[in-house]
Amino acid sequence: MREITFSQATLEAMQEEMSRDSNVFIMGEDIARQGGIFGQFKGLPDQFGSDRVKDTPITETAILGACVGAALAGMRPIADMHFADFMGVCMDEIYNQMAKIHYMFGGQKTVPMVLRAPDGLINQAAAQHSQSIESWFMHVPGLKVVIPSNPADAKGLLKSAIRDDNPVVYFEHKSLFRMSGPVPEEEFFTPIGKAKVVKEGKDVTLVSYSLCFNHCLQAAEMLEKDGISVECVDLRTISPIDKETILESIAKTSRLAIAHEAVKQGGVGAEISAIVAEEGIDYLDAPITRVGAPFTPVPFAKPLEQAYRVTPEKIANAIKGMF
Amino acid sequence: MCAKPVRKKGPSSIKKYDKELLEHFYETMVKIRYFETNIEKKFLAGEIPGFVHLYIGEEATGTGIMSNLTKNDYIETTHRGHGHTIAKGADLKKMMAEIFGKKTGFCKGKGGSMHIADFSVGMLGANGIVGGGYTLATGAGLACKMLGRKDISVVFFGDGASNRGTFHEAANMASAWDLPVLFVCENNQWASTTPYLTTTSVEDIADRAQGYDMPGVIVDGNDVFAVYEATKQLVEKMRNGEGPALLECKTYRIKGHFVGDPEKYRTKEEVQKVSDENDPIVRFEQRVLEEKVMDRKELDEIKDRVVKEVDEAIKFATESPEPDPSELYQDLYV
Repeated sequence: MREITFSQATLEAMQEEMSRDSNVFIMGEDIARQGGIFGQFKGLPDQFGSDRVKDTPITETAILGACVGAALAGMRPIADMHFADFMGVCMDEIYNQMAKIHYMFGGQKTVPMVLRAPDGLINQAAAQHSQSIESWFMHVPGLKVVIPSNPADAKGLLKSAIRDDNPVVYFEHKSLFRMSGPVPEEEFFTPIGKAKVVKEGKDVTLVSYSLCFNHCLQAAEMLEKDGISVECVDLRTISPIDKETILESIAKTSRLAIAHEAVKQGGVGAEISAIVAEEGIDYLDAPITRVGAPFTPVPFAKPLEQAYRVTPEKIANAIKGMF
Repeated sequence: MCAKPVRKKGPSSIKKYDKELLEHFYETMVKIRYFETNIEKKFLAGEIPGFVHLYIGEEATGTGIMSNLTKNDYIETTHRGHGHTIAKGADLKKMMAEIFGKKTGFCKGKGGSMHIADFSVGMLGANGIVGGGYTLATGAGLACKMLGRKDISVVFFGDGASNRGTFHEAANMASAWDLPVLFVCENNQWASTTPYLTTTSVEDIADRAQGYDMPGVIVDGNDVFAVYEATKQLVEKMRNGEGPALLECKTYRIKGHFVGDPEKYRTKEEVQKVSDENDPIVRFEQRVLEEKVMDRKELDEIKDRVVKEVDEAIKFATESPEPDPSELYQDLYV
C-alpha cells in the first residue's frame, strides 16, 4: 500500500469532503495564506478558494461560535483551533453552545461541525502550546471526541467526523503530522466509537490512543523480549468510549494498563479504570496500571520536558511491575 | 470610517401606515404583555419551575424589529427572550408548554424558559449565557452570505451583555467580512441588579459601533414606530450587502431581573414613573387614537383575540403531559 504522512492524510480527507459537499468549509488562524502552521492545509485554498478556506481574526471565541451559528443555518463548518491549548478561550462556545444545542432544544436542530485541535508535546513548546486536554471533553455530553494515532485513521476519522451530524472534536497530535504510514487509495471511513486491537497479545491489555499509542507499540516490542505478550488497543475515539473492546480484551489477558500523554489525574485512563472496576473487575488478576504525565503544567527546559514525557521505556517499566 | 451614532426619531405622522401593520404592532405587543403577565402569575403560583425573566415594558423593541424580518431571517435571543420569540412568529402553545416543562413544548421539556428555540421561524434559540449569542448570530450571517441568500441575522443583547468580550470578537468579524448581522442592544438600564452606568464605559452603547466601522443608531425603544423605521433602513442596507450595524433601543425593564426578584436595588417610585409615563403599549394606544388611524373598538377586538389565544396556550400547556423519564437520553446524539 502507498505511504503518506498524517498531514497529507488529513488534507486528502478535507479535499474529498469539500469536493463532495459545497457546504463544507473550514476557518481558522493562518490556514489560507500560510497553509496552516503545520502545513496541514497546504494547497487547500488554491483548490477551494479563500471563502471556503478562511483566514480568521485571532479570535477563537468568534471562530467556534460562528461555526456553530453557520451550522445552524445550513453549513457543515470545520473550525481549526491552531493549538488545542486555545480551546479554553472558547470553552463556552464548545460546551454550553455546540455540545448542548441538539439536546437542549429537543432535537430540533443538529450541529454538524468538526473542531480540529492540534495537541500534544512538540519542540519544547512549553506550558501553553503542548497540552493534551482530551479528557475534559469526554466529560461533556453531546460531544464526540476522536483522536487518531496514524495516517490511515487520521483520514478515516476526519471523513467520518465531517459526515457526522453531531459536533465532533478531532484531536491531532502535532508530532504525528510528519509520520508516514499506509493509507488506502480508495475511499474509506474509520468508524467513530470503535476501538481497534492493533496487536494481539495474551498477558496484558495496553490501551492508548494518539501519539502515545505508537509508544505503546514500541513498549510491547521491548516487553516481548522479556516474555510478556502485550495486546495493544487503539481507542481512536474517547467519547463515546468503546468499552466492549476493552472488556473483551481483558477477559482474554486478565491484566489492564492504560497509557496517555495527558496528566494521569482525571485522565482518560481514570475513566477506563472506573469502567473496568464496575464492569470487568472479575476478569483481572492484577491491579490496573496507569501511565500518564505527572500532575504539573508542561515544563520548558529539555531535561524537565523529558522527565514529564511518557515514553516507551516508562510504559514498559510500568507493565513489568504488573508481573 | 462610519460617523458617530445617529439618534433617530419616530415618524411625525403615522397616517401612512397600513391598517394591517398597525394591527400587527398592537397585536404583537399586547400578546407579549398578556403572555408575560400570565407567566408571572403562574410562576408565583408555583406552576412554572426554573427561572423566568420577563420582557414587560420592552415590547415595542422586539415588535418593531421583527416586523421587518421574514421567517428566513435568523434571530439569537437571550434569557429574556419570550417577547422576541412571540414577535418572530413562534407558536404560543408550544412556547407555553416548554415554559411549563411539558412534553409538547418546542424542546420536549428539555429547555424551559431560558432555552426556547423554534427553528421553523428562524429563531435559533434563547441563550442562558449572557453574551452567548453574538458569535452564533455572526455565523448565521456568514452562512447567509456564503449561500448567496438575502436573509439576515439579528442578535439581541442587553446593556449588561454589551460588556462581554464576545461582543468585540463578533462585531469585529462581522464588520471585517461585511456580514448581514444586526446587533440590537435593548438598553433596559439594568444589568441584572446593577445600574448599567455604574459598570459601563459609555452611556450610549451605540458609541461602540464606530470602533467596528459600522453604523450606529439610537432610538426610543418604547416607540414602536421609531424602532420599526430605524430597523427598516438598516435591514434594507444589510440585505444589499452593506454589512453589519448596531441599533441601540433605549427602554426600561419594568419587572425585576427574574420573577421573584426582591428588587432591593431600586425604588418602587422609579419603576412606577416609567410604567405611568412610558409604557410602550399605552403610548401606541394614545397615538393611534389621537391620529385617528385606529379606534377603541378595533383595539379592544385585538385584545380580546389575544386573551383568547394566550388562554388557550395556557390550557394546552396545563393539560399537556410531562415528559416520561424514559426520554432522558433522547436527542443526546443524532
